[in-house]
Amino acid sequence: MSDDAKQSAVRCTLNGRPRRDFVPDNMLLVDFLRETVGLTGTKIGCDGGECGCCTVLIDGEPRHACLTLAAVCDGAEIETIESLDTGGRLAAIQRGFNEKLGAQCGFCTPGMVMAAEGLLRENPNPTDDDIRAGLAANICRCTGYVKILEAVHFAADELAGRDKEAAA
Amino acid sequence: MEYMPDFKLHRPDNIEDAVKLRAEEPDALFVAGGTDMIVNVRRGIEQPKHLIDITAIEELKSILRDGDGLHIGAGVSLKELQSNADVLRDYPAVGEAARAVAGPTHQEYGTVGGNLCLDTRCLFYNQSEWWRQSNDYCLKERGDTCHVAPGGKRCFAAFSGDMAPSMLVYGAEIDVAGPNGRRRMPLTDLYRNDGMAHLTLEAGDMLTAVHLPKALAGSPSRYEKARVRGSIDFPLAGAAVRLEMDGKTVKDFVVALTAVNPYPQIAKGTDAYVGRELTDEALDEIRELVRKQAKPMRTTTVAPWYRRRVVGALARRRTEEFAG
Ligand SMILES: Cc1cc2nc3c(=O)[nH]c(=O)nc-3n(C[C@H](O)[C@H](O)[C@H](O)COP(=O)(O)OP(=O)(O)OC[C@H]3O[C@@H](n4cnc5c(N)ncnc54)[C@H](O)[C@@H]3O)c2cc1C
Ligand code: SF4
Ligand code: FES
Ligand code: FES
Repeated sequence: MSDDAKQSAVRCTLNGRPRRDFVPDNMLLVDFLRETVGLTGTKIGCDGGECGCCTVLIDGEPRHACLTLAAVCDGAEIETIESLDTGGRLAAIQRGFNEKLGAQCGFCTPGMVMAAEGLLRENPNPTDDDIRAGLAANICRCTGYVKILEAVHFAADELAGRDKEAAA
Repeated sequence: MEYMPDFKLHRPDNIEDAVKLRAEEPDALFVAGGTDMIVNVRRGIEQPKHLIDITAIEELKSILRDGDGLHIGAGVSLKELQSNADVLRDYPAVGEAARAVAGPTHQEYGTVGGNLCLDTRCLFYNQSEWWRQSNDYCLKERGDTCHVAPGGKRCFAAFSGDMAPSMLVYGAEIDVAGPNGRRRMPLTDLYRNDGMAHLTLEAGDMLTAVHLPKALAGSPSRYEKARVRGSIDFPLAGAAVRLEMDGKTVKDFVVALTAVNPYPQIAKGTDAYVGRELTDEALDEIRELVRKQAKPMRTTTVAPWYRRRVVGALARRRTEEFAG
């Protein structure tokens, strides 16, 4: 059990890099990412769990960084929007949002992209209904969602195409 | 950054340590997924000095099947619950209810235990600190007036968890670990009709598992809820129905409700339909029977009369489907 200080040691992997930190027990993961580490891609859009702007992947699964205590992430693998590109080349899901105009003001986009990334890893070939259900915890005020559906399909197609090439 | 109280976090890896910590510290609270608790902490509704995170306790995380039925650990996520083949085959309403909770991200890490122990909800309570302060708080928290029923001394905040009715229709039992050891009791006994103290758990008590009996495995069931947005929202009203037919007549029939009272409940009087045919008149009677037992108050943005009507309609519709 931990000592009396109201802080905890956290060893985690953040965007592929191992880290060791001491975090205050009452620090939310979203504040740790934005304020301590300086990764401001993850957004805060509400006072807890309503909007999905703060969605990150923890051990590969979508999770609200605004409802997760940083101290609970000891041992976890955390992925944020900043992890998706490889050497400046956008990931398929990011290209989907770009090509299909899935982002307008862009505020919901990091959370939406991370939720979509989580969805595609679990279900590489989603139907419209699968995408609607998979992104139901993410709210967008601008796009009307149609373009977001197209963006996710674009990414799924592109990933499938690349898989075919690799198999050939 | 906004207001977060200054608490100490504990992460015990076994039930005994968690229960001991909770019993020793009057200002300690359990947190599992945190999808309700952390919201309430951020809003200043809960101001714990100690938070006991129970997600490192492996014992709480398994679903086991044996000769007595299915045993679901309190720490099982709603995602895992709805993906479990035994649940889907033998207790379908349970899987359906898990898919109806909040949104998919909440289901990834929100737990069964957190859902069954969810705090009651009210328009005047689930608000930010400044919102509640501007209204002089309310009876449930720091204030001395209930804004829903200002004359009274009762709180009518509605129990709004989706899982409970789907488990109540199967006569689920729960395990509770407390400072004096472990005990098993019916899930119905976890709740009482009091928005301020709807759980019968004592300080230190932890819900550790839910048991669904083997005898009812495969008994057909459905769960349906009404909510403002189809994608993500607490229930305005929810009903689970478990119904076995014997040809054209009813053999076994249970209805359970959520979000229309401060506690989830089994609707009384459905046994009167055993041995009867589900005619249109019988179905209308069942709808009225359910409506009469729903006593929603003005605790949501949607009017109580609508929630009462809709809960009857949900129960009738689900019953009629089974009647074929
Ligand atoms: C936007 C939003 C929408 C939501 N919509 C719904 C909805 O539609 N339906 C619904 O049912 N819920 C809804 N929720 C609430 C919540 O996501 C779920 O109820 C979830 O299952 C709670 O589980 P948790 O593990 O996150 O609980 P926590 O938040 O960790 O805990 C909830 C409560 O249970 C107590 N607790 C947790 N585990 C135990 C235990 N083992 N023993 C004793 N006490 C325990 C905690 O102390 C706390 O009081 C919503 C939440 C949000 C933010
Ligand atoms: S029913 Fe009354 S006392 Fe209870 S939470 Fe609502 S306003 Fe407060
Ligand atoms: S910031 Fe809105 S869900 Fe996390
Ligand atoms: S692009 Fe503006 S909120 Fe989604």
